[in-house]
Amino acid sequence: MRNKQATELLFEQSRPGCRAVRLPGCDVPERPLEELLPAEALASAPPPLPELTEPELVRHFANLSAQNMSVDTHFYPLGSCTMKYNPKRNERLAGMPGFIDLHPYQPEASLQGILEILHASQEMLAEISGLEAVSLQPAAGAHGEMTALLVAAAYFRDIGGNRSTVLIPDAAHGTNPASAAMAGFQAVQLKSNRDGRVDLDDLEAKLDDRTAVLMITNPNTLGLFETQIARITERVHDAGGLVYLDGANMNAILGVARPGDFGADMMHFNPHKTFSGPHGGGGPGAGPVAVTGKLAPYLPAPIVVREDGRYRLDFRRPKSIGRVRSFFGNTGVLVRMYCYLRTLGAEGLRRASADAVLNANYLLSRVKHILPVPHGDRCMHEFVASASNLKQERTTGAMDVAKRLLDYGFHAPTVYFPLVVREAMMIEPTETESKTTLDAFAEALFRITEEPPDLLHDAPHTTAISRPDEVRAARKPILIWSREQG
Amino acid sequence: MPYLPHTPEERQAMLDAIGAAFVDELFETVPADLRLDRDLDLPPALGELELTAHLAGLAAKNTPAGQSVSFLGAGSYDHFIPAVVDFVAARSEFYTSYTPYQAEASQGNLQALFEYQTLVTQLTGMDVSNASLYDGASAAAEAVLMALGATRRRGKVVTAASVHPEYRQTLATYLTNLDVELVTLATPQGTLAPDQLARAVDDRTACVLVQHPNFFGCLEDVRSLAEIAYKAGALFVVAVDPISLGLLARPGDCGADIVVAEGQSLGNPMSFGGPYLGIMACRDQLVRRMPGRLVGQTVDRRGKTCWVLTLQTREQHIRREKATSNICTNQGLLALRAAVYLAAMGPQGMRSVAELCLRKARYAFDELTRRDSLEAVFDRPTFKEFVVRVRDGRVDERLEAARSQGVFAGVALGRWYPELDDCLLVAVTEKRTKSEIDRLAESIE
Amino acid sequence: MTPEQLLYAKTHEWVHVETDPSGAKIATVGLSAFALEVLTDLVYIELPEVGRQVEAGASFGEIESVKAVSDLFSPVDGEIVEVNPDAADGLDRLADDPYGAGWLVKIKITDESGLSELLDYAAYRKQCEEEMEEQG
Repeated sequence: MRNKQATELLFEQSRPGCRAVRLPGCDVPERPLEELLPAEALASAPPPLPELTEPELVRHFANLSAQNMSVDTHFYPLGSCTMKYNPKRNERLAGMPGFIDLHPYQPEASLQGILEILHASQEMLAEISGLEAVSLQPAAGAHGEMTALLVAAAYFRDIGGNRSTVLIPDAAHGTNPASAAMAGFQAVQLKSNRDGRVDLDDLEAKLDDRTAVLMITNPNTLGLFETQIARITERVHDAGGLVYLDGANMNAILGVARPGDFGADMMHFNPHKTFSGPHGGGGPGAGPVAVTGKLAPYLPAPIVVREDGRYRLDFRRPKSIGRVRSFFGNTGVLVRMYCYLRTLGAEGLRRASADAVLNANYLLSRVKHILPVPHGDRCMHEFVASASNLKQERTTGAMDVAKRLLDYGFHAPTVYFPLVVREAMMIEPTETESKTTLDAFAEALFRITEEPPDLLHDAPHTTAISRPDEVRAARKPILIWSREQG
Repeated sequence: MPYLPHTPEERQAMLDAIGAAFVDELFETVPADLRLDRDLDLPPALGELELTAHLAGLAAKNTPAGQSVSFLGAGSYDHFIPAVVDFVAARSEFYTSYTPYQAEASQGNLQALFEYQTLVTQLTGMDVSNASLYDGASAAAEAVLMALGATRRRGKVVTAASVHPEYRQTLATYLTNLDVELVTLATPQGTLAPDQLARAVDDRTACVLVQHPNFFGCLEDVRSLAEIAYKAGALFVVAVDPISLGLLARPGDCGADIVVAEGQSLGNPMSFGGPYLGIMACRDQLVRRMPGRLVGQTVDRRGKTCWVLTLQTREQHIRREKATSNICTNQGLLALRAAVYLAAMGPQGMRSVAELCLRKARYAFDELTRRDSLEAVFDRPTFKEFVVRVRDGRVDERLEAARSQGVFAGVALGRWYPELDDCLLVAVTEKRTKSEIDRLAESIE
Repeated sequence: MTPEQLLYAKTHEWVHVETDPSGAKIATVGLSAFALEVLTDLVYIELPEVGRQVEAGASFGEIESVKAVSDLFSPVDGEIVEVNPDAADGLDRLADDPYGAGWLVKIKITDESGLSELLDYAAYRKQCEEEMEEQG
């Protein structure tokens, strides 16, 4: 039933003279181009884009969309991605012309509605985080990390001291050390202990007067709450450092515990995870950052403030680190976040976390009979199973299981992360999945572990393509279509 | 409770399977003294009906482009978005899908992004494009970081005051803790003078960053500037307006090593500043230094053509602190929209848009500058935007007067350029009609 | 050269030192079979230009597989005098013959002290075995 012809590359379907969009004729005097622009500035021909008609375009992209898994069509238990349901009312409301057709430099009097939403969002994130000040400027979680580290650097420059290192647990997401490097710090790795948490002895050994920041994810990437977090943050503060919380896993503790209350000085949120923003095939997201009062002056400008019942953009922030991007922020994503927070309210968020943790523990209770879960019987909103034994006994590892899950109609969990577990499979169901779905997933996983190894090695079998040759793609990269390649 | 699927019976069955009596037990690892002992202080929850009314009320407090005549530009533009772009982006198999790490489950996204990458190279004349960065400003900053790594010259980066102030501010932030000198050359004539650049570059210069057309709408002498950078062994980074490439010579044909752009103009709404689309394209030799995701073509185990994320060793999830950048989530959906836009417009459509912007802006320029109260500022060819001076200096009053007549006449430049605090930047897109432009002139004179 | 005759860095480079006709000490450097196996399918290698100065313990290049990337570390202070011209296009050959055709660079040594940090074959094998165990 697949339409192979419509999914040919646009460039292969191109036929000269076709076009989809016709613009109106020019209603102002049509002065010759040579009068308006110097000849050497002009191209000799229009750009060599493909030429298609509108029905062909629609059919092409509509068919492409059918070649994706998505949250709307499949269970997507990707650990630390929080693939929860993306509410349709948020799409409808965030897409209103009154929000999307606003220019960033319009006069503030004409922006009072959007500024109110952004101001309220700042306040809600401050409340949820337990911290005082919020910047909505960063465009993604990693961007937020970098922003917060730049804030820390500015703060230390201000108060004096030669703070050059950032401590990062070995189980952390790769963006953490990458962000530290971009902010000019040296990343120092912290070991995990046997139960997967930060090794306090290693922390003691590595804390010194060069330590600027400890970056920590809590719950961590193994889905475990750092029970010693108060002690950890206390030790870092004693050493004169700051604590940064990577908020990717906030879905476990909304309304339960607040990073500001357990010692974090800075954190970022991922609205496209925790707050139901759609993932868009890789983006857009947003990376709002919350900080304690003493760090507030260093946040990027502007911040939305409220004065005499009017909303304004406050640019008067002389200690600000500056901008990390143009214009205000990923407003469209933030409006969706606002809709979600207004829909759930305080109790809804707490219930969402409760069900996220319930779902993960329930799935763990079933999966542990199928694959070992090295770090115990309980977890927060996600857990990590290991296909290491399976690999040794049957030659089928995490990747093979992941690929075979596609045949059963499930998107695979995250594999090979975190690095501290061999053949890791990080599973996060989220609260919007039903028990029926979780049971079906566990059932599929069980069947897969009993199947002949070759069936897994060559999986998936029911998708249009199977096991792309990644070595070939990396050795001789073909990154664009060209006529010669065809 | 919205979006939560369990019945009380199911919750109980799940607790039984786990071996816990209450959900609260599952939170035992959270120390009691760290738990929040009250409810979060958040506004009350709203059902869909109330939420709709609430948001509608807030939307009504804004003045969107459809309710005014907008001549605002400066990096964000009121361009026409064909319906087919919204249609494709609204398909939830696109917008609720995840990063295409599992290629077999994401051929739709991967092929669309491969098409996007190709379209960007066709538009810019460069060899390779990535699958998006956050916005034009951060793309420019990332391009500079790329140049620093590629040339191994850490001493200096040279740019011009005619580059968008927010791009330069972003760049300065990215360079804060890296020991690099950022030199900004003045552009009192509206463009960067080649001999001025020649005096500023040396063998410590990693790259030159210019914008073309620049922030003032003026065309820079890119071929000469590129030549100067090349002679000094520095990379030439140029930030472009994608809409202008329907008419202007492509940066790849003018000596650019790295091209960045704000892709908002390609089928993405203004959206109060974001989400936007950071476009980046470069020469082949630089591809391994390029940040962001890259989609590559390959074959599967049955020999079938397919697409995968490739060269992932550049990226943070493998390289970690040695990554070319820390970027993870990008602007995938906006890249998709841009791909649909470019495919829908095609060569003739892009040329049409560019010609309309050029001619209409020229008409607006003529109409405004023939008024006694206004005058031209820069004597340079411009595209889509231009600067006018208010002779009596009362910019804000004029803008307010125009606004009360439903016209957003332009962006006052005083906030970034004190020497131009009696000037405004006026942008004219293909959407503006002759009568709207006449209204602009009347509202502001 | 056979593996048993070579010296090894803790970072998995193998090293062979000899004296050239002019009396200069030249270190030939490559990557051990163990390291190549851990990397799996190689896709790219970045080697320095001739003439580049290198330092003991500092990176002089990179080798990549699909899933991982590794720095190549110099065992000594010195100057790159030769680079294997076939390495970049012959990544499979590297894995097939790591100690022969798979050599990567030749360094003219200016400071020998780095050599004393190197392990002999037996000590290196022991280190590899310990690494395998640690990974469980």
